[in-house]
Order: sequence, then C-alpha cells, then structure tokens
Amino acid sequence: MSKFDEPDHYKQDQLLQIDWRPPRAPWMDTKPDMRPGTFIYPGKAKNLNVMGFPHARDWAVDDVDWKLPEGWQKIVLDGMAERLTRYRSFKLFMDTCVRCGACADKCHFFLGGGDPKNMPVLRAELLRSIYRKDFTAMGKIFGSLAGGRALTEDVIKEWFYYFYQCTECRRCSVFCPYGIDTAEITMMGRELLGLLGLYVNWVLEPVANCFRLGNHLAIQPHGLMDTLEFMADDIEEATGIRVDIPMNKRGAEILFVTPSGDFVADPGIYTCMGYMLLFHELGIDYTWSSYASDGGNFGLFTSHEAMKRLNAKIYVEAKRLGVKWILGGECGHMWRVINQYMDTMNGPADFLEIPKSPITGTEFPHARSTKMIHLMEFVADLIRHGKLNLDKSRNDHINVTFHDSCNPARAMGIFEEPRYVIRNVCNHFHEMPENTIREQTFCCGGGAGLGTDENMEMRLRGGLPRGSAVRHVQEKHGVNQMAAMCAIDRATLVTVCDYWAPGVKVTGITELVANAMIFTGEKKRTHNLRLEPIPGMELDESVGEGVEEGAAAHV
Amino acid sequence: MNILVALAAVVGLFLVGLLGGMSGLGWLFGIVIPSVALLLFLGGMVMKVLGWAKIPVPFRITTTCGQQKALDWIPQAKLENPHTPLQAAGRMALEVLFFRSLLRNTKAELVDGRRLVYRTDLALWFGAILMHWSFLIILIRHLRLMANPVPGFVTFVEAADGFLEIGLPAVFITTGTFLLGVSYLLYRRFTNPQVRYISLVGDYFPLFLLLGIGLSGVWMRHLDKVDIAGVKEMMLGLFHFAPVVPEGISPLVYGHLFLASVLLAYFPFSKLTHMAGVFLSPTRNLANNNRAVRHVNPWDYPVKVHTYDEYEDELREKMVGAGIPVDKPLEKE
Repeated sequence: MSKFDEPDHYKQDQLLQIDWRPPRAPWMDTKPDMRPGTFIYPGKAKNLNVMGFPHARDWAVDDVDWKLPEGWQKIVLDGMAERLTRYRSFKLFMDTCVRCGACADKCHFFLGGGDPKNMPVLRAELLRSIYRKDFTAMGKIFGSLAGGRALTEDVIKEWFYYFYQCTECRRCSVFCPYGIDTAEITMMGRELLGLLGLYVNWVLEPVANCFRLGNHLAIQPHGLMDTLEFMADDIEEATGIRVDIPMNKRGAEILFVTPSGDFVADPGIYTCMGYMLLFHELGIDYTWSSYASDGGNFGLFTSHEAMKRLNAKIYVEAKRLGVKWILGGECGHMWRVINQYMDTMNGPADFLEIPKSPITGTEFPHARSTKMIHLMEFVADLIRHGKLNLDKSRNDHINVTFHDSCNPARAMGIFEEPRYVIRNVCNHFHEMPENTIREQTFCCGGGAGLGTDENMEMRLRGGLPRGSAVRHVQEKHGVNQMAAMCAIDRATLVTVCDYWAPGVKVTGITELVANAMIFTGEKKRTHNLRLEPIPGMELDESVGEGVEEGAAAHV
Repeated sequence: MNILVALAAVVGLFLVGLLGGMSGLGWLFGIVIPSVALLLFLGGMVMKVLGWAKIPVPFRITTTCGQQKALDWIPQAKLENPHTPLQAAGRMALEVLFFRSLLRNTKAELVDGRRLVYRTDLALWFGAILMHWSFLIILIRHLRLMANPVPGFVTFVEAADGFLEIGLPAVFITTGTFLLGVSYLLYRRFTNPQVRYISLVGDYFPLFLLLGIGLSGVWMRHLDKVDIAGVKEMMLGLFHFAPVVPEGISPLVYGHLFLASVLLAYFPFSKLTHMAGVFLSPTRNLANNNRAVRHVNPWDYPVKVHTYDEYEDELREKMVGAGIPVDKPLEKE
C-alpha cells in the first residue's frame, strides 16, 4: 500500500473529480480539512534556534493546541499594523480588492482542487477579514456585516493551511485589474505566522542550512568539491574532456552563482554539468563559491528579513574574491530575489563592474546596478555572435517544450532569451497552449517551499494545469522533454509529468546546450550527459566527420 | 442574506430621501446632506490617497507581463514590461482607461473530465467597461446642472450621447449602457457560484446603490419629467455657496440626490477606493528596471548575517583538506 506522500496513493480519476462550485456554508464558518497529504510538517525548534527566531517549540499540525505564545493576538495585530505602515502594497491590496473574481480560476491549486479558499481572492480575504475588523472604520462599526471577523486560533490554523498552499507564483496578479499580488499577501501571512513561531520545516530547515553553510542542502565545502568532481568524471566519460573546478578563486573575473538543487538532484545535475562544460569551452575566468553556494533563497518564503540575511552572502563573496561581475544560473525564485530585492537589500554593488561578456565584448547595461546577469542572457548573446559551435542534430531525438518558470516569467520577463537558445540547440521545439506559457504560465505546484512529498496530494492537484498542458503537446506533437530554467521545477515537474503526462522528461536548458555543443578536443560523442546513448550517434562515419568539421571550424 | 441586506439598505435609503422631500425637508436633503457628502467624499479620498502615499514602497515589485529589456536585439514589450517611468505610465493608462488586465480574462473548463482548457472570457471586462465609462459620461452630463453657462464639452458630450434622438426628452445611450452594465455586474454576482461565495454586503451595496440612482434618474427624466429648472437652481446655489431651495421640486429628486449623497459619503470608506488605488498599485505603476536603477528602501535596517570569517572558522580544516583556498592558514598543532 502506498502512503499519502507517494503519487501512487492517488487515483487520477479521484483527483479529477473536481467541483469548482463552492459549498453552501459561508466560508467563515468552514474549517479546512487538514488531511495528510495536504499540509507540510511544522518547522522544528532547532531550526528556529539557528536563525534566532522567537517562540521555538515543537508542535504538530494535527495537535489541537498549537501552543501559541502568550499574547499571540496582540503579536499578530501589532505585526499587521507594522507591515501596513511599511509596505504600501500590503495596505493597498487590503483596501482595493473589489472581489470581482477574475483571479478565481487562475490559481493552479483551485483549478486542480476546487477548494474555494484557494481562489486567490479568498486567500487574501483570510487576512483581509482580520484587517477589516481591526483596522477599518467600517469593520469597527459594522463588524461581520462589513466582512470582518475576530482573530481566533482557528483563523491562525486556517492561515497556516492556506498560506502554505500558495506557491507565490503570481499568476493571479497578471489577471487582477488592480495588480493585487497574492504572493505579497502570502508573504505577509507567513511573516505573521512566523511571529508566533509557526513555519513549515521544508522551508525552515533549508533556511537554517543556508544561513550556516551557504546552501539549502547543508553541503559542506569539501562535499561540494566532491560533488563537482563526480560530475567532472561523468563529463569526462561523456565527452572525453576534463573540466577544472575553480572554487573560491580570488581574482577571478566572474562569480558564478546557481541554486544548490543543481548539485544533487537528478536531472538538475546534468544542467550543472552543462554549466561546467560551457565555461570550460569558453575558457572564461570564473569561480564557484562554497560560501555563496546557493543563489536560491528560501528566506523569500519565510520573511523579508530572512531573505536579506541569506542573500547578503552573494555580494559579500563577490567583494571578498574581487570578481568583476556575477553570473547567475538557471533558477526561478533566485532570480526573483536578484531582480526584485538583492540590490535594494544588500547593495549597492559599487565595487563591481557592469557585466561584460569576455567572449563577445557585449556589455549588459540593463544590469548596470545589480551587476548580475542571467545565464540565458549570456548564452543568447554568445549564440547570436556565433561563438558556440553547435550541432543541433545531437538533440534530434528530443522533442522539447518549454515551461516558463513563474518567477523569471512574472517577476522578470525573460521570455525570449531561453526560447532563442532552445531553438538554436534543438530542431524540435513545440510551445504549450498560449494560456499556459509566458506570463500566463502555470506553476509546477511545488514552488515557494511546497515541493515536498508531505503534501503530495496538493502537489499533484496543483500540478494538474501544467500537467494537462504538457500532455496536450505530448499527444499533439510527440513532445518527450520539457525544459525549465528553475531548480525547483527540475525537481517537482518530474513528479508532475510522471503523474499527468508520463513519458515526458524534464531538463534544464544548459543541459540541452551542452549536449548540442561541439567541444574542442572532444571524443566521439555517443552518449549525452545523462550517459544515455544518443540515437543516431552510434554510427561511425557520418557523425565522426561532423565532429571533426565542427572542431576544425571552432579552432 | 448579504444580497437582501444590501437591497434593503438601498431601498430604505431611497425612501428616506423620498419622504424627506415630501415632508418639506428640502434644505436638509437638498443642501445640507449633499454638502456634507461631498465634503466627506473629497476629504475622505484625499486622506485615503495621502494615507497610501505616505507609506513607503520598500521594494520595486512589478508583475511583468511581457518581454524584459535586456539584449538590444530582443524587442522589449514596453507596455507589458516597462523599463522606464514613461513606459510604466503608458501601462497604467491602459489599465485605467481600458482595464487591460481584465482583457486577459479566461474561463477554465475541464473537458472530457481530464483536459483543462481556457477560453477567453470578456463578459466581465465588457460589463465593467460599460458601467464605468457610462458612469463617467453621465457624471459629465450632470455638470450641466452645476455650471452656468454650460461648458462646451458638456454640451458636446450630451449631444454625442443623445445622437440617436429617440424620444422626448432624448434617450441617452449611456442611460441604457449604464443600467445594462450595472445589471450585468449584479447578475454575475448572483449567478456565478464563486463570485457569489466571496461577495460581501459591501459588494452588493454599491451596485444596488448605482442601480437605484440610475433607475430614479430614468424615472425623473422620462416618466415623471420633473422640473429641471428648479433642480438646476438648487444645484447652482449649492455649488456657488448661495443655497436656495425652490418650491415644487419632486420628492423623486430628493430620493435620487440622497442615494447619490450616500454613494459619495460611502466612497472613501469602502472598496470603491479602488478608483484611486489603481493608480498607486506598485505591480502596475513601477518600471521593471531594478537591475539597472537601484531602488532604495527607506526603512532598511541591518540584519544578522553569517559572515565569511565565521564560515571559514568553522570549516577551515575541511576546506584545506579539499584544496579550497582559505583566507587564514590552518593553525599548526
């Protein structure tokens, strides 16, 4: 018998019995059904202590008593009051919603689950009802008639349940006529819960790890070296090339920062191997950092302060090593932090230079303040200038689609760079339906720290819209791989695809790039970076010639 | 329940105005209450907007809905992902004038029990556009009652709005479109199960109020044909600080005016503040240029970080063992 944390436990037919019509009982009178598979376990006291967060204690979601600290109502209301005077967005988003419902069927959790409190508007109303009661004239006078309600322990439990059923993907914000950003509301909700010592461990343990050891996965520096060495071995087996691993190298030109998911999880590691090969072939002077060994930042899913505390290391390390600029790998929420927070929180990076490609000479003035560019911006520029020696046919057995990751899509707008790169390294590329890509892209169902098996039911439900779109291109175009430039995607979409569109594999873009690249001095390529045989490359003559020609052209 | 409360409130308020007019309380319902309502509206909205404006915007968080500006050979979506304040203003104009975001609206459907599809659904956009634009034009038309001589643009709008020249007095197009828009929005709130589930009294009340104002307006113009000269005399007096209450003004006028007063007074304390709020929405009115132009958080404060020195002190031996350079050499035993 499979357990609630395994996909097999859930029958597709049952999950697909979705009723989007809400129940008769008013939502304020309805308590969440906290069944295993729909929530994540609480943050452990030891991890709160690492971060110095208040009210550390061990508790369980199904406990009746969550051991809220004394005076918890005042803590929450004071916390709300403080945030209402610090964030214009928070105050506006509390005031201006007209409950038009345009956002209702835009949330993947609502679409896949039908729980009305997963409609973004109602998720926000969970907070707004408290706001109305305690912070508005109408609410103070008319109470529940004005949509206010009292702050009770049940409200806190409801917040915990639903603010950790939001992946902060911001799809609803695209459709909102007032631009209300549910991610910011969820972030406030989580901060307020944090004031009471309430977190989920899947977020908090990575935060504690990242604070102490530089990355979410608690990889120590020697472990990181080992990991990269193993990858270098596999690279050598696939290509015959031995790559260097510059680590904490003072005076390098470029600091490379990527999410730590690329170091351990299949298929993220192949993308990481792609980075190493690419940099080796270009011969650029770059370095990894063991101290800044994660661009990912689960602080974003915890509190603004935690985000700042984890993000600080990137500029500190860039300064210590004396690099000129920073290059960022394929990560989703890392790029939200870099594009929207880093310079404000931990800048100015006036000790760095405007990023400039050492290969093409292209300057990147759009990053003249933050001094950090996205790998896809860097690679697109390389391809545009003909600096990569590519044999697309090596990816001919791949029929790829591209999943826009939420954060690079809606917090940045990097749409064309990855597509340009993919089109240049793959002959077979098919887009998913237009309402499911670019700014309307659907979340993998496991973002914002929800990518654990503990809430498998919600991940499968939340993954339905994406899975359904993948299945569509699988059936229509024979798509067998989905590229995504996000480490969380590369972990969670595997589950989503296996469940909703079995047969479609997940890949990073740089993996595709490296598999298509002809490297100087490479051996005859018969296997890709996954060490799988490349169809059509087993034959000697034709391929061998191609490689030689390509190599010669490159020299 | 919420529907009935809101409907009862509006009917009750209308009757209050009507009765006030009948019982000779013209001064109260024609002068005092409208003045107070107008002051509450203006004062309340100014306070509201100033209240929002004085709260800092600590981070520049936009919702990007198009291609960013990065490489110069990839065209940027200037209005969907603005890089400059001017482009952001353009985006804002689209949002305010044409409800750009609602134009994206889709309706999800589960086909064959397993395939999710999304169809463009512009009904909400259309209803909202009808209601808001008609309302604006009707307000402009009403300026005729508040200024003498009537400004040229008011006459122009009036002529354009009544160009069908049906009936006497002519039926304005916006009378119909306004009532249609409000009715659709109400109908949608009643019948869309999700919207109905989330609707509060405060969502029905303004719609009933608008409907009440609109219907009483139609009644006055086309059915009862009230003494418009008297009304204008009263309104002119009100806006020129020389209040008069002419005889013979229909109680209907007071009912209409009272509902309008309630709307004005209610405005700043309700969701109707979205009218001003939309202009301040950070996800729409900011440029997505953080990497080029540093945004400063006025309340930024230092936080506890784990320094490199602390990191190396803990892990130096392992780093040296793995051949990773360190800042301080290992101490010799």
